[in-house]
Amino acid sequence: MPEPQARLTSVTKVFETPQGAAVHALGPIDLALERGEFLTVVGPSGCGKTTLLELLAGLTVPTAGVVTFEGEPLGGRVPPGVGVVFQEDASLPWLTVWDNIAFGLRRAGVAAQEIRARVDRAVDFMGLGAFARAYPAQLSGGMRQRVCIARTLVLEPRLILLDEPFGALDQQTRLLMGDELLRLWRESGATVLLITHAIDEAVMLADRIAVMSARPGRIIDLVETGWPAQRSSRIVEDEAFGRLTAHVWSKLRAESMKALGRDQVGVSRE
Amino acid sequence: MSRIVRAQIGAIASFIAVLELLTRLGVIDRLTMIPPSEMAGQLWRLLTEGALNAPMAQTFVNVALAFVLSVSVGMASGLAIHALPRLRRLADPLLASYYAVPFFVFYPLLIAIFGLNRWPLVAIGFVFGTAAVVIATLNGLDRVPRVMRKLARVHRLGRIEEAFLIVLPAAVPHLFTGLKLALAYAFIGVIAGEFILSGSGLGHAIAYAYDSFDNETMYALMLFVLVLAIALNAALHLCEQRLLRRRRRA
Repeated sequence: MPEPQARLTSVTKVFETPQGAAVHALGPIDLALERGEFLTVVGPSGCGKTTLLELLAGLTVPTAGVVTFEGEPLGGRVPPGVGVVFQEDASLPWLTVWDNIAFGLRRAGVAAQEIRARVDRAVDFMGLGAFARAYPAQLSGGMRQRVCIARTLVLEPRLILLDEPFGALDQQTRLLMGDELLRLWRESGATVLLITHAIDEAVMLADRIAVMSARPGRIIDLVETGWPAQRSSRIVEDEAFGRLTAHVWSKLRAESMKALGRDQVGVSRE
Repeated sequence: MSRIVRAQIGAIASFIAVLELLTRLGVIDRLTMIPPSEMAGQLWRLLTEGALNAPMAQTFVNVALAFVLSVSVGMASGLAIHALPRLRRLADPLLASYYAVPFFVFYPLLIAIFGLNRWPLVAIGFVFGTAAVVIATLNGLDRVPRVMRKLARVHRLGRIEEAFLIVLPAAVPHLFTGLKLALAYAFIGVIAGEFILSGSGLGHAIAYAYDSFDNETMYALMLFVLVLAIALNAALHLCEQRLLRRRRRA
């Protein structure tokens, strides 16, 4: 068995509130990300999806359990080879699109010629050619998110973690951005983990879908989609898409109600 | 030129014209105020004769030193206070009541420490400006989005790299407020210090003209200081606007 790209073993996360109360946010969770797979994570609001991503990124440390990347345990530092795209706009407003994308490469000490080649390629790949010299303020929300994805992509990460990157976009744009994401996943060969609250997006993009419970978030189902690698947003027309979406929703519905507190006030789960 | 700028220039021109009229008609006594045209004429004479060269050099160097010191020390202190929550809890109430302290009363102490030279005046300008820079730096740092700090960690930046490449650029709009206030306070501190306590500089020249009943020189110098302070602040404002234009959402 090849070593998984990343693994969470019996991972739990408990936060302490400013008032000193303990909030059990996540776990215990066991999850292995296989090399080159596209895994999506869906779950009710506040179930710890972002915490899960931050644990895998090394942005936060588990209260219990172990997180490894390529066999090495993470110690609260983001290891080389991991790229993260955040839910919020993380473009740097004082840099042009081109300089935003080059930011990480410059920090990594990559040679200027190599930076030029990689950034130009990413700018073309993400369809930002006409805006390379523009500032993020001159772009739409979707384009700014593309800049952030390109900035991650040029570093050629082996694991790309995306936290609801299309959350603020309309449905049509999200579907098209999903196509772009699938294209970059195929071409980069990277392992991708995408957090989303949109079930259709999770089903359309994934090789596997991790369904999480209400807080404390646990993985209650891992669904294999069986999609071919050469897929696109057209897959929503497939008969299996509806079946998978219904299956995921059936798992998620009760948990979403729990998250809303409805199971305690007598709202029907049927 | 925008309509607002035209309106602002128009308002100032009208004010000057009304003042000119009132002083020329004798509604305002000449002993109280001379016409603005005479202030400008006397200022031109003083400038062309070189009578202001020495006090100007003295004041400019003092203001520049007070400004540079208050910005560098203020920003460094702001960064340190922000990074240390315990220090922040201690500093917040002190900063809130900082400007209630009449710093001029410390001038004798400053002379005892620094001697009878420019440094007590620079120190007055410095203590006036520093807190404004610290407060503006803290405000700016408080408003840096959390995602920017996560981004710094994703790119494995050290603390100094994070400060200079992410945090300070993200806080620039607030830092500029601190710069503008530091310049204004440096001017106020130095000129007021020279006026009350010093034997040189533009502030002293104004006080000397006042004591000598030399209204022409006194008003000419006041006009000069006023125009200079406004021009410097406007220059900083223009820099700020140019820098921020690219950041504004279209």
